[in-house]
Amino acid sequence: MTESAAPPATARELRLEIEEFNSDYAAVLDSCRIEEWPRFFMEDAVYRITGRENWDAGLPVGLVYCEGMAMFRDRALAIAKTTMFAPRYLLHQLSNVRVLSIERSGEIVAQANYALFETLVDERTTLQQVGRYHDRFLRHAGRLLLKERHCVYDSLIIDTALVFPV
Amino acid sequence: MPDSVPEVPREISASLRWPDAGLTAVPDWIYTSQAIYEREIERIFHGRTWNFVALEAEVPEIGSFKRSFVGPTPVVVARDKDGSIHVFENRCAHRGAELCRAQSGKLTEFVCPYHQWTYDLAGNLAAVPFRRGIQNQGGMPKDFRLEEHGLLKLKVATRNGVVFASFCADIESFENYIGPEILRDFDATFDGRKLRLLGYYRNTVPANWKMYHENLKDPYHATLLHAFLVSFGLLVAGNKSAMVVDASGRHGTMASAKPPEGRKVDAEAKTQMRAFSDTLKLNDRRFLDYVQEFDSPWSVTMQTIWPNFVVQRELNTLGVRQIVPRGPSEFLMIWTMFGYEGDSDEMTRHRLRQGNLMGPAGFLGIEDNEAMRFVQQGVTRSQTDQSLVALGGGEEGTTSHIITEAAIRSLYRHYREVMGV
Repeated sequence: MTESAAPPATARELRLEIEEFNSDYAAVLDSCRIEEWPRFFMEDAVYRITGRENWDAGLPVGLVYCEGMAMFRDRALAIAKTTMFAPRYLLHQLSNVRVLSIERSGEIVAQANYALFETLVDERTTLQQVGRYHDRFLRHAGRLLLKERHCVYDSLIIDTALVFPV
Repeated sequence: MPDSVPEVPREISASLRWPDAGLTAVPDWIYTSQAIYEREIERIFHGRTWNFVALEAEVPEIGSFKRSFVGPTPVVVARDKDGSIHVFENRCAHRGAELCRAQSGKLTEFVCPYHQWTYDLAGNLAAVPFRRGIQNQGGMPKDFRLEEHGLLKLKVATRNGVVFASFCADIESFENYIGPEILRDFDATFDGRKLRLLGYYRNTVPANWKMYHENLKDPYHATLLHAFLVSFGLLVAGNKSAMVVDASGRHGTMASAKPPEGRKVDAEAKTQMRAFSDTLKLNDRRFLDYVQEFDSPWSVTMQTIWPNFVVQRELNTLGVRQIVPRGPSEFLMIWTMFGYEGDSDEMTRHRLRQGNLMGPAGFLGIEDNEAMRFVQQGVTRSQTDQSLVALGGGEEGTTSHIITEAAIRSLYRHYREVMGV
């Protein structure tokens, strides 16, 4: 056995902690402070956004694919400093946090659902995508950090461009 | 009112006249008119063209199938018992239902969910329920013959693992169709190694489908719009590059060679590129690595194969893109990313890391899609009715420099002939 279900009280506390983590994470992205986004991850973390068709078929591609802190910083730098896109507001709505298991290594396996709304100048608000985070957290210096976040979206067709991480 | 092109039906010619400037101008109506769009479907996508439909790696086994498109028309790609690949319309011969609903899969026959008409892997009608009626009543007429009611089959061509289809029964070979100049770089990417699928992206762009071709026949934009390439030294004006055009003018290869590390950008080019920065530095240099694995002098080739296909070889990130038009002002883009069988895990991860450049969340992909959206909005909403395509003077065809729109003019020379506009 490498993992076990957490006792109910622990799981409940963890769920609250993850909900708070996710709310802070969303607040950073929703205010377009993308250069702060890497701080939610471990040094050797993996982050990926991929369609559910890829996830279900075990295909590894990512719309965004980051391996390690240097790539998180480069993604943030590129979007903040070099990439051209129309101004927009983004709003994440997160729900259904579930703690699936806690591994012997201390890794916490969790999920949450997300909806990402996008508003462009002169346009109605649209649903940019809906999906699920497949997460692995580790506790580092007393606080949770992501070791893995796979954002798996159901909405297979992206409308034009997905500018910011999810 | 124009009277110079008498063969054009009135509904198009009466109001839609190509500007007097000729090929250095492009009229807005080629991006906005429903009548033009319908003629494009008929004469281009359903006409004498080869259209990308699949990679063989997507239909690897007997019975493997994939939903795909030729123009806006849904088709099914399936591998038959003898290993051959068939492409047929995804439309039941009976009442017209799109019978194949799954994106891909494996089966032994296609059964329409509505009335369970059954087709084999070649699209031949194999069985009709209650064909003889019941208790001598009803059923199909006595002279009904299964072999006359198969699915509409397209002509199929494959080359090194890539599958194309055509509605035109007597079309030339695929190799003739794309010509030797384009075939050279096609074969550098598809060199006979088996492909390994890495996954899909799908996105819509609220713009006319031809803009995607134009964008990849416009090397001028790459050093200006794509600050990422410029900032991190992947492509700067003055690099070794070429914009190759085939003899017909419709296909193209935008090619460039990555400069050696540490090469200084010349001062004149720097002042012209607003995006250029001497101070931005990547944290993860692996991103810029180029593993020389191709028989080609180019580290980047972007091929536009008319009318629905793009081959992306950007350093070591590889993909094909299928353009699916959905009216004059929107298209769907289907990206299939791949590597080769035999790639090490590290090589696969290298391809995935460089994949951050492309796709609808890629550093370059975001910008291309945004720029096309802006152009469609501009040509739709304004009173001005044409755009300027004058870079490089009136030159057409292949050029070895990138500050030119020669390839766009070549495309529209071909387009005007086929479309009669």
